[in-house]
Amino acid sequence: MSHNSRTLPPSAAVVPPPAASAQGRKRSLQQRRARAAWLLVAPALILLFAVAGWPLLRTLFYSFTDAAMDTPEEYNFVGLANYLDFAEGERFGVLADPLWWQAVGNTLWFTACSVSLELFFGMLLALLMNEKFRGQGLVRAAILVPWAIPTIVTAKMWGWMFHDQYGVVNDLLLRVGLIETPLAWIAEPTLSMWAVVIADVWKTVPFMALMLLAALQMIPSDLYEAARVDGASAWQRFRRITLPLIMPAMIVALIFRVMDALRVFDLIYVLTSNSEATISISGYAREQMVSFQEMGVGSAASVLVFMMVAGIAACFLWINRFSHEGKEARE
Amino acid sequence: MAQLTLDKLNKRYGESAQVIKGIDLHVNSGEFVVIVGPSGCGKSTLLRMIAGLEDISGGDMYIDGTRVNDDTPSERGIGMVFQSYALYPHMSVYENMAFGLQLAKMPKAEITRRVEESARILQLEPLLARRPKDLSGGQRQRVAIGRAIAREPKLFLFDEPLSNLDAALRVQMRMEIAALHRRLKSTIIYVTHDQVEAMTLAQRIVVLNRGNVEQVGSPLELYDHPANEFVAQFIGSPKMNLLPGTLVGSGDTESIVRLWHGKTLTVPIATPASAEGTRVKLGIRPEHIEWGAVADAPYLADVLFVEHMGNETYHYLDSGKLGDPWVVRNSRRSDIAAGETVGYSLPPEHCHLFDETGKAFARRAPGKGAGRIPGADAPPITFAEPARTNALH
Ligand SMILES: Nc1ncnc2c1ncn2[C@@H]1O[C@H](COP(=O)(O)OP(=O)(O)OP(=O)(O)O)[C@@H](O)[C@H]1O
Ligand SMILES: [Mg+2]
Repeated sequence: MSHNSRTLPPSAAVVPPPAASAQGRKRSLQQRRARAAWLLVAPALILLFAVAGWPLLRTLFYSFTDAAMDTPEEYNFVGLANYLDFAEGERFGVLADPLWWQAVGNTLWFTACSVSLELFFGMLLALLMNEKFRGQGLVRAAILVPWAIPTIVTAKMWGWMFHDQYGVVNDLLLRVGLIETPLAWIAEPTLSMWAVVIADVWKTVPFMALMLLAALQMIPSDLYEAARVDGASAWQRFRRITLPLIMPAMIVALIFRVMDALRVFDLIYVLTSNSEATISISGYAREQMVSFQEMGVGSAASVLVFMMVAGIAACFLWINRFSHEGKEARE
Repeated sequence: MAQLTLDKLNKRYGESAQVIKGIDLHVNSGEFVVIVGPSGCGKSTLLRMIAGLEDISGGDMYIDGTRVNDDTPSERGIGMVFQSYALYPHMSVYENMAFGLQLAKMPKAEITRRVEESARILQLEPLLARRPKDLSGGQRQRVAIGRAIAREPKLFLFDEPLSNLDAALRVQMRMEIAALHRRLKSTIIYVTHDQVEAMTLAQRIVVLNRGNVEQVGSPLELYDHPANEFVAQFIGSPKMNLLPGTLVGSGDTESIVRLWHGKTLTVPIATPASAEGTRVKLGIRPEHIEWGAVADAPYLADVLFVEHMGNETYHYLDSGKLGDPWVVRNSRRSDIAAGETVGYSLPPEHCHLFDETGKAFARRAPGKGAGRIPGADAPPITFAEPARTNALH
């Protein structure tokens, strides 16, 4: 130890050397840095565990029990029965419930439709806002309004707009002549999912647009000029320059949106209440848990929701990591 | 290789800001023209108008006699090298150079041939697979040039291509660009604010100031016969000294100037009689001021400070109330220190004369090697070592 510390002035020893440590060696700078880093992230990790990890573990725990909502302390372990069980030649459990699979289908359909529409319209808006025009700042602020409105308010608002007798949507469509009789947007099973998708797209397009706009603004304008000199048309500039360069930001935005959409609950619940045509997996979990008081089954459904969201998120991250273009454009 | 003609080219932004004010210019086929001027004078704007990246507000532009005002950059057949290189970060060096050719739907074999040829000229062959971020500044610059070359444009446009490089690399790239021009024999328009680059690269220099062309000419023409004060001060480093005075005698061959401190100097410059009595400025380059013995020299001045460059020395002389110190440039080493007083003289054959508006009176004498004009007062006395005194003033 002494032969090392002799070269350092006493004040340089910011971290006191561990007294008489076995190796007698001073920790390397890298080790000390790593230690400081752990100390700094520890509060966040602890907080994260308390608010996310612990409830998750509890849910996982309850999914193996037959606890009821009003008496959660009285339970028996039932193994995997809440997920899938065979008895008297019949199958039980969440995975055997046709409504669960209906909810999975609804959720995936909702996610695919709304996220791709959001991406499309978000991209259009972002490209538009990236152009220079008067009142740009105002438009950027105004576009955020739908995003800032609470989901419940959005759902109620669109509920009224889609109202079959008094709703503005039917009124407009009738006036334009696209339909001859008012449509039952909310009650009609084939239409209600579209009503939900439209409301969700309206609400979340601003988020997508701003994420993409931020990425667009990172692209130096001289790249476009170089491409113009190279003879690229507007579409080629978008395809060959813009798209590859905003790909990383786009994937991040998509991950956010897909994870959000997979967990959708409030919008559907408020807009179409308990309709089976639109029930989502989160809605299914809530129904088991709250309506049927089946804490065990509800927990099992929640765990499945979690696994689905986590799995899809992991896929996205994996794609992002291995997408070559994304990796290059990130810096 | 193409000719370029600009006819009263104008650029205004909105209603008020006129950035380019009616520029006429003809660039010959294969010529290397450098546009130089201070920051904000409109160099980039002019170049971008030529490129087609900026709309032309007024006037016409012709390439090889064809009006191209409304053509896109690629239709004009130009290649441009940007100050920031503007390489596509997500493409390899090869793809960067091939991009324009692919867009032009060129056959694959031809693309490969052209890219490899450009890479060979610029010694980029080992780097073709790399991404721009894995290159040094100089290499990036070469890729940017290579991308322009590969398209075999009629006209090369360079916008301050060396300003992001360090001094040593700048000198090297300067030589490479000069060599490239000799090799490709292409028409090049090169924008810079660095007069050294302009002097070393150009066949002709266009001096731009506030959207106007101040003068067009070969580097030495501009150096020896600046048309006005602006060009005189902009070309040459350190810049030309300007000494205020009054024209007291005019003539077709000689003029007499009374300098600010009362002494007169006869210079071989023609001035009209109408100018007599007006205020003028006498210009002299730092390397042309000569030291004299304190006893004989016509002028005395205190040395404010001294800069030793190794190969030469700059002395800054106190100009009193006139503001900026004069600069004297000595090709020898000197042990004169700040605070000393020196005598100096102004060789008339090296003097320039500018009228009140800054316009130059025509000089007869070329800058170098002109015989001394007999009878001019204060004949310069030169010594191996500058003479001096420590007398206090
Ligand atoms: N979009 C614009 N709107 C209004 N004025 C502009 C615009 N673009 C440039 N200008 C003005 O035009 C003038 C010339 O700009 P330009 O970029 O051509 O200068 P420059 O000579 O290239 O300068 P530098 O050496 O700093 O690059 C500047 O005064 C600038 O403020
Ligand atoms: Mg510029």
